[in-house]
Amino acid sequence: MSETDSTELAAFRAEAQGWIAANFPASLKGRAGIMLNLNVETDEPDFHAWKKAMGAKGWGVPTWPKQYGGGGLSKEEAKVLSQEMMKAGAFSPIGGMGVMMFGPTLLEYGTEAQKQRFMPGIVNGTTRWCQGFSEPGAGSDLASLSTKCEDKGDHWLVNGQKIWTSGAQHADWIFCLVRTDPTRKHEGISFLLFDMKSPGVEVRPIQLISGNSPFCETFFTDVEVPKDQLMGPLNGGWTIAKRLLQFERNALSNAGGGTGGGTARMVPEVVKLAEKYVGRDAEGRIADPDLRQRLIAHHLKARAFGLTLARVATETKSGQGPSAATSIMKNAGSKIAQERAEFAIEMMGNLGLGWEGDDFNAYELGAVRGWLGSKVVTIYGGSTEIQNNITAKRMLGLLDHQ
Amino acid sequence: MAVLNEEQTMLRDAAAEWAKDKAPVSALRKVRDSNAPLGYDPAVYSDMAAMGWAGIVVPEAYGGSEFGYLSLGVVLEELGRTLAASPLVSSALGFASVLLIGGSAAQKEAWLPMIASGEAVGTLAIDEGPRHDPLQTALAGTAVGNGYTLNGTKGFVIDGMAADAFVVVARTSGKAGEAEGISLFLVPADAAGFTRTKLSLADSRGAAKVVFADVKVGADALIGPAGKGYEILEPALDRTRAGLAAEMLGTALGAFDMTIAYLKVRVQFGQTLGSFQALQHRAAEMFSELEITRSAVEAALQAIDAGSNDIRELASLAKARANETLHLVSNEMIQMHGGIGVTDAHDAGFYIKRARAVEAAYGNAAYHRERFARLNNI
Repeated sequence: MSETDSTELAAFRAEAQGWIAANFPASLKGRAGIMLNLNVETDEPDFHAWKKAMGAKGWGVPTWPKQYGGGGLSKEEAKVLSQEMMKAGAFSPIGGMGVMMFGPTLLEYGTEAQKQRFMPGIVNGTTRWCQGFSEPGAGSDLASLSTKCEDKGDHWLVNGQKIWTSGAQHADWIFCLVRTDPTRKHEGISFLLFDMKSPGVEVRPIQLISGNSPFCETFFTDVEVPKDQLMGPLNGGWTIAKRLLQFERNALSNAGGGTGGGTARMVPEVVKLAEKYVGRDAEGRIADPDLRQRLIAHHLKARAFGLTLARVATETKSGQGPSAATSIMKNAGSKIAQERAEFAIEMMGNLGLGWEGDDFNAYELGAVRGWLGSKVVTIYGGSTEIQNNITAKRMLGLLDHQ
Repeated sequence: MAVLNEEQTMLRDAAAEWAKDKAPVSALRKVRDSNAPLGYDPAVYSDMAAMGWAGIVVPEAYGGSEFGYLSLGVVLEELGRTLAASPLVSSALGFASVLLIGGSAAQKEAWLPMIASGEAVGTLAIDEGPRHDPLQTALAGTAVGNGYTLNGTKGFVIDGMAADAFVVVARTSGKAGEAEGISLFLVPADAAGFTRTKLSLADSRGAAKVVFADVKVGADALIGPAGKGYEILEPALDRTRAGLAAEMLGTALGAFDMTIAYLKVRVQFGQTLGSFQALQHRAAEMFSELEITRSAVEAALQAIDAGSNDIRELASLAKARANETLHLVSNEMIQMHGGIGVTDAHDAGFYIKRARAVEAAYGNAAYHRERFARLNNI
């Protein structure tokens, strides 16, 4: 690491170390998991101070251009920053869909005025975005969406319904796919941005089997949207949506969501859990031989998947174009994450089914919610089946089955 | 695919072209139909050696190029695609690795140049029973005077028919199941008391049953210290496993590509098989397994080149993954080809037969899953 730094990188490392030491509150050290929990808004002043500092510095989005408030760092510098953050037990408080999906898309497709208007809120984490894509009649077949958007001369008029809108109840703005031409399927879709406080927007959280409500139903009734909030060309929204979905899938397989980067690292934790709840035999093996065999297979898969993440990262950095493995990451990662969640409750037995109350510890209560929560990862962001269709068509050149 | 340097890219391209040209599956068919005594065509192996492939892990001082294990893996992957028959893995990888790790200067000088040039073939004589398990070694090495007398049978020696020299895994003390007491001996095929017979296995290659009856060797035949042979054998085996896993990845890719090509041309119900979603999803699953296996294989080879401390774990991961993936793809190759796939006229049979032979070689999936589990305290 630091031994191989060039003079410039070494200087940047020192700068990053100094800045983190001066700005990252000690009270937040190592608490990324708790502080960034979806749907939980903390009121800790230290968290907000840290968010403000990171936002102003642009280091929540280290490689984004400086002119829009990003960090303007090179990839190497961003890596150094991430290493130094990790060393200090720090984390980025700037995240969400604005950072993962909308921001990168806006940089590619937005007008200069749109970038000037929307980037700052993403960069400093003050504007929360949600994604208006899926509809009751348009899930896997997203392009059949029907939310109507009419040109009323001085504004757009939106009517329709979205579903599975993640975090809509907390969102300030929405990037939304709307139908501007009912006579054409893919070529009749546009990409529209609007304020969730606009009259006619109604949000109803959906309670899931896990007891949580990370998704909402979102209704639009005669919502008026200014004309300059269309992104990209009229009826050109599908191309933008596809690009955004790529950003989403990369984010889902690389980080958070329990599907990607964490997957390989989580395996020892499952083995520890087995040790605690199932025990070891006289030879030191996990005592239940059937469980042990499946655990071994899981560990092998997860380790090889972790190596694949590393390989994809190395190949991408080398500039030899996108790795062929990219297309399989979402399916492979989500499957492993689900398997891991199933292992946890299986090993805990009935303790892994505790819904609430003092008979179960926090970890056990978390396991059952995590297990049910994990069921979404093979459905959202393009289901396993859709991903397989895409792989068959794009990677293997097999004809569209439809 | 791993980010390759210039040499590795050249090696890969050369091997790919050569395999298509000089060693297509029809060449293996010819080996089988002519009942070739060595299980490969010696002229073809000479050609491979002339390309420099037998010396890729051998230092320049002994006539090799020392390009490293990933480089050899890159070549093996391409050769695996067409099932190119040769003793490259047993000789230029397995045998060479034992000498490189534990051989004396004299042993290296005597054999490595000839291994690197392809003039001689070496192999590892390990397995006595039908399942790979080197710790079960029982073949007796008895100290007599200044040397040793070897007595016992190695039931399954890969490329045993072709080998000019063997690394014989023997037991000089301890009992079956123990690492302590295993000793390695370098024994030429012309030693008195040595006999071999060809085993006719499904893959049509040159495995042999090898018998040592009062074979006398000097103390200079011992590789490394007596009783400590496993400390040399295990790392050499891991290099061999990682390299073979690369070949298996290539074999799986060869089988997969042929299968996808067939799905694109075979028409039933007025449409190509490849347009059926049931087949598309199975194809996508295989593609995923292949990509993930590649990561494991390349990571093991890179770890060997870097001298990392997790080579054992990564070698077992690579071999276990390669076994599972090749097993899957070779079965699907037959199923997706339908009736034509089970005819001898088609090449699918060669793929599935070779698949099972390499799956068993140097430890099957169960062996490596268990080893991986022990190393990870599961």
